[in-house]
Amino acid sequence: MEYEDVVETVVELFRKAETELSEDVLRALRYAYENEESEIAKMNLKNILENVEYAKAKSIPICQDTGLPIVFVEIGRELCLDFDLKSAIIEGVKRATKEVPLRPNAVHPITRKNPGDNVGDYMPYISIDVVEGDELKIAVMPKGAGSENCSALKMMLPHDVDKIKGFVVEVVKNAMGKPCPPIFIGLGIGSTFDGCAKLAKKALLRDVTKMNDFELEILEAVNDLGIGAMGMGGKFTALAVLSEIGYCHTASLPVAVNIQCWANRRAFAVLR
Amino acid sequence: MEIRTPVRKEDLKKLKVGDLVYISGEIITARDSAHLRMLKYLKEGRDLPFEIDGSVIYHCGPLMKKVGDEWVVISAGPTTSARMNATTKELLNYVDCIAIIGKGGMDVDFRGKGVYLAYTGGCGALASKTIKRVKTVHWIDLGMPEAVWVFEVERFPCIVAIDFEGNNIYEEVKRKVEENYKRIVGGKV
Repeated sequence: MEYEDVVETVVELFRKAETELSEDVLRALRYAYENEESEIAKMNLKNILENVEYAKAKSIPICQDTGLPIVFVEIGRELCLDFDLKSAIIEGVKRATKEVPLRPNAVHPITRKNPGDNVGDYMPYISIDVVEGDELKIAVMPKGAGSENCSALKMMLPHDVDKIKGFVVEVVKNAMGKPCPPIFIGLGIGSTFDGCAKLAKKALLRDVTKMNDFELEILEAVNDLGIGAMGMGGKFTALAVLSEIGYCHTASLPVAVNIQCWANRRAFAVLR
Repeated sequence: MEIRTPVRKEDLKKLKVGDLVYISGEIITARDSAHLRMLKYLKEGRDLPFEIDGSVIYHCGPLMKKVGDEWVVISAGPTTSARMNATTKELLNYVDCIAIIGKGGMDVDFRGKGVYLAYTGGCGALASKTIKRVKTVHWIDLGMPEAVWVFEVERFPCIVAIDFEGNNIYEEVKRKVEENYKRIVGGKV
């Protein structure tokens, strides 16, 4: 595996994630369209499905907010790389910005200066885990700001376990139509202040059609709010709740809710 | 129903919450930075390089590409309008009539001045289909998303979300959502 292979892979992953949705996400959107009863919500869901089809056919980004470049990497411990992996990912993001193209979204947080290539301090956001095996797994998740802005984290107390559901419902209620519902909810429970936020984000990589009973219970409560597609009322406010847990301190219970818009864009590749 | 720009009060008055309306003519994009600069200019008594009275302002930071000397739209859906709540309230003091296109709703009293139209968020690819031409761009120094792009559109489809009388679809939904919320969480917050 060469430096250039990683660069190419990153470019292609962003192209794929930006221009087409994975089958599980599409299935969830179609289900909502078929089962929605509100006329306005149904119209919005129809636009969404048409938009996805048009973007794929034309190979153009589904949404003009092509998001921030977020990259999750799993590196097999038997793998030996003789190049700088991070530089290759950064180069891939720069090239994807020009070639896909991606909107230059990354700016300095205080001066708001835009370098134009989606690259800066700590950007792209890269998470690297070392795992068993000899493969390099790369997942990209370009994430828009409308949904990210509605996310929240709370340092709950150990006896607040039965209030987790209420917290998720509260975060979704406060977001109303802003994050482009129907949304996907990444839920991080436990770990540390920062670790729990990362778990919430990582959970969004999962297959959105597979949920456990705990997640389904929260999903039902969230949909009971009636916010609906684009906040104009309806049965489908969220399409999935996906959680990850991490062990936490005996005195704490961090909970993070990472909201993802209906365009749950991600793409995966495995290199050897 | 179809509305041509520049918008006129007598046309906007006919729009009712929930109506599907098509906009044809010229729309101008503006988001956070463009609103701040517009207000700065207006407060200083300086002319804007574009007309806002009778305009259709689109809350959108498009994804554009330069082909030769010309800009083309790649994807141009709406951005979250609520970020422009405060600046829009101020901007209304400088116009007689206006229409705004965005997503997610606004907390602004448009009564007697204008309407708020919703376009499905995230549908940037589909929106680009109705944008026929990029007429010009102002304030490109603000960066691609924040610049003011002038688009010529044909039958850009929107849902009337806040009408001329101040009926607000989001307010109605919000009231119900707050009631549902209390019932769902009970005492567990």
